[in-house]
Amino acid sequence: MSEPILTLNNLYTDIAQYHILQGVDLQVPRGQVTMLLGRNGVGKTTTLKTIMGQWTAKSGEILYNGQEMTQMPVSARARAGIGFVPEDMGIFRDLTVEENMILGCTSGPLDPKRKDWLLGAFPALGTFWHSEAGNLSGGQKQMLSIARAMAEERQLYLIDEPTKGLAPAIVSTMAQALRELKAQGASILLVEQNFSVAKALGDTAAVMDDGRVIWNGDMAELATNSDLQERLMGLSMEAH
Amino acid sequence: MAAAPDHKPTFAALSLSERLDKAMPVLLVPLLVVLGFLAIGTPSSWMTLTVSGLAMGMMIFIMASGLTLVFGLMDVINFGHGAFVSVGAFVGVSVLIALGDWTGTASLLLNMSAVFLAVVAAMMVTGIMGWGFERIIVKPVYGAHLKQILVTVGGLIVVEQLIHVVWGPDEIFITRPETLKGAITFAGAAMEKYRLLAVAIGLVLFIAMRMVLRRTKIGLIVRAGVENGPMVEALGYRLRMVFIGVFVAGSALAGLGGVMWGLYQEVITAGMGEKMMVLVFIVAIIGGLGSVEGAFIGALLVGLMQNYVAFLEPKLALVSNIALMTAILMWRPQGMLPVVKAK
Repeated sequence: MSEPILTLNNLYTDIAQYHILQGVDLQVPRGQVTMLLGRNGVGKTTTLKTIMGQWTAKSGEILYNGQEMTQMPVSARARAGIGFVPEDMGIFRDLTVEENMILGCTSGPLDPKRKDWLLGAFPALGTFWHSEAGNLSGGQKQMLSIARAMAEERQLYLIDEPTKGLAPAIVSTMAQALRELKAQGASILLVEQNFSVAKALGDTAAVMDDGRVIWNGDMAELATNSDLQERLMGLSMEAH
Repeated sequence: MAAAPDHKPTFAALSLSERLDKAMPVLLVPLLVVLGFLAIGTPSSWMTLTVSGLAMGMMIFIMASGLTLVFGLMDVINFGHGAFVSVGAFVGVSVLIALGDWTGTASLLLNMSAVFLAVVAAMMVTGIMGWGFERIIVKPVYGAHLKQILVTVGGLIVVEQLIHVVWGPDEIFITRPETLKGAITFAGAAMEKYRLLAVAIGLVLFIAMRMVLRRTKIGLIVRAGVENGPMVEALGYRLRMVFIGVFVAGSALAGLGGVMWGLYQEVITAGMGEKMMVLVFIVAIIGGLGSVEGAFIGALLVGLMQNYVAFLEPKLALVSNIALMTAILMWRPQGMLPVVKAK
C-alpha cells in the first residue's frame, strides 16, 4: 500500500485544563474513506480540529503527505488541500448559497463543471442558489457545508458528523455524494454516529476511547463482529 | 430508524408587522425626517436642518465604518480610533494652509485640487499610522477586551500628545476654500455648500463600500470573517491579512473624516477625535457592531436627531443621542442590523 495521506503520531491536545487527546495514533490511507468512531466525548471532534489546526497539538506530530504540519497555520493547511466540514457546519448565514460556494474556492472562480456536478449531487442548493444561507433547513445547510468543502478539488476531507439530525432521504443523498468524491480519488476522514452509513461508506475504521485510538482495521471486520463492537464501543451496531 | 414525517414544510407568508419589523431600520431615517418636518413646521428651516443633519451623519459614518468592521472581524475594541481622526485633520489642514494660494482664489478647480491633496495626504498618513498602530498596540492584545481598552486609550493619549509636539498646543483655525464658502438658497432654504459636498462624499463612499463588500471576493471574505472568522481560515484565507487591510482602510477613512470634520467646524484641536468617538461609538452600537449598513443608518439618525433637537429644544441636544441609543437598544439590544454573534 502506498504511503498514507495523513499520519498522526502520539498526538496530545489540551483544551483549557482538560487533556482531551492523550496520544492519538492514526493513519488515513490515500483514496479511502476512514471512519473515526467512538462514543460521545472521546475526542473525535478534537482530533479533526487538531488536524485542521483549530486546536494546537501540545505534542506529537501530524504528517500530511509525509510533511510535518503540526505548527502550520490553519489557512495554510487548507491551501495544502485539506477540506473541513465542522460539526456546526460553519455556514455563513448572511451570505447567499452562491457566495458561500465562491468562498469555498481559494484559488480562483468556481469551476462550472464542478458546480454542475455539485448541484447534481445536491439539487436543493441550486433551488436556493441566490437565497441567504441562513434561511436553509438543517439538512440543506449540511449539504452546503459539504459542497463548499468540495467546491474545489482537495486531497483530504475532514467531515464531522454530516448526517447528524438529518432525514433518511437526505442521508442517502449525502452518502452518494461522498462516494462520488472518493471515486474522484479524494481521501476522507469521517466522524459518523450513524452505523449504517459507516458500514456502507467506510473502508477502514478507527475507534477512539478516552482520547486514544483503541482499535483500527477494516470497517467490514468491525461491521460484522458484534462482540468487537460491544467491547470497543459498549454497544452493538446491529441494535441500530 | 424513524421515517421522516410525511409532510412538506411550507413557508408561511410574513405578516405585515413582521415585514415592517424587518424593514424598520431602513425606514427609520425617512420617518425621523418626516417627524422633524411635523415638529419644526417651517419648510425652509426644516430643509436647512435636514441637510446639516445629513452632512454631520455622513461624516460620522465615515469615521465609524472602519471601527465597526474592525470590531466585527477581530473582536477588537479600538478606542484609539479617534487618534486617526485628529491626525487626519492636522495633516489635511496643514496641507490646506500650505496651499493657501490655491484655497484663497475663487477657482473651483484650484480649491478642489487643494482639498483633494489634503485628503490624500491625510489618508496616507493615517493609513500608515493605522498599520503601525495595529502591529505595535493592537496585535499583542487580541482576544482580551479589557487590555484592548486600556492599551488603545493609552495609544490615543500618546498620539494626542505627539500632535501637541508637532503642531503646538493651540487649536488651529481654518477657513474653507473660497468656492466652498457660503450657501445656496433653494426654495427659501439656505444650504451651506460645504454640507452638500459632505453629503455627496458620504453617499459616494457608502455606495462604494457596499459595492466592495457585496460584489468583490475580498468583500465576501470580510463579511464572512465578521460572521465566522475561524471558518474563513479553515477554508484557506489568512484572516489576519484581511484584518490588517481593513484596519488600515478604516484608519485612512477616519483620517478623511477628520479632514472633513475640521473643515466643517473650521477649527481643529488634538482632542477633536476623542470627542467624536462618543458619537462614533453610539453609531456603531445602534447600527449593530460589524455592520456597515447599520452604521450608515445609525449615523444619519444621530446627525438628524442632534440638529432637529438643537433647533427645537437646545437644552436637550446633549442628551438626544444618548436617548436615541437607549431607545434603539431597548427595541433591539444587538443594534439595528446585528451581524456579530454575542461572544
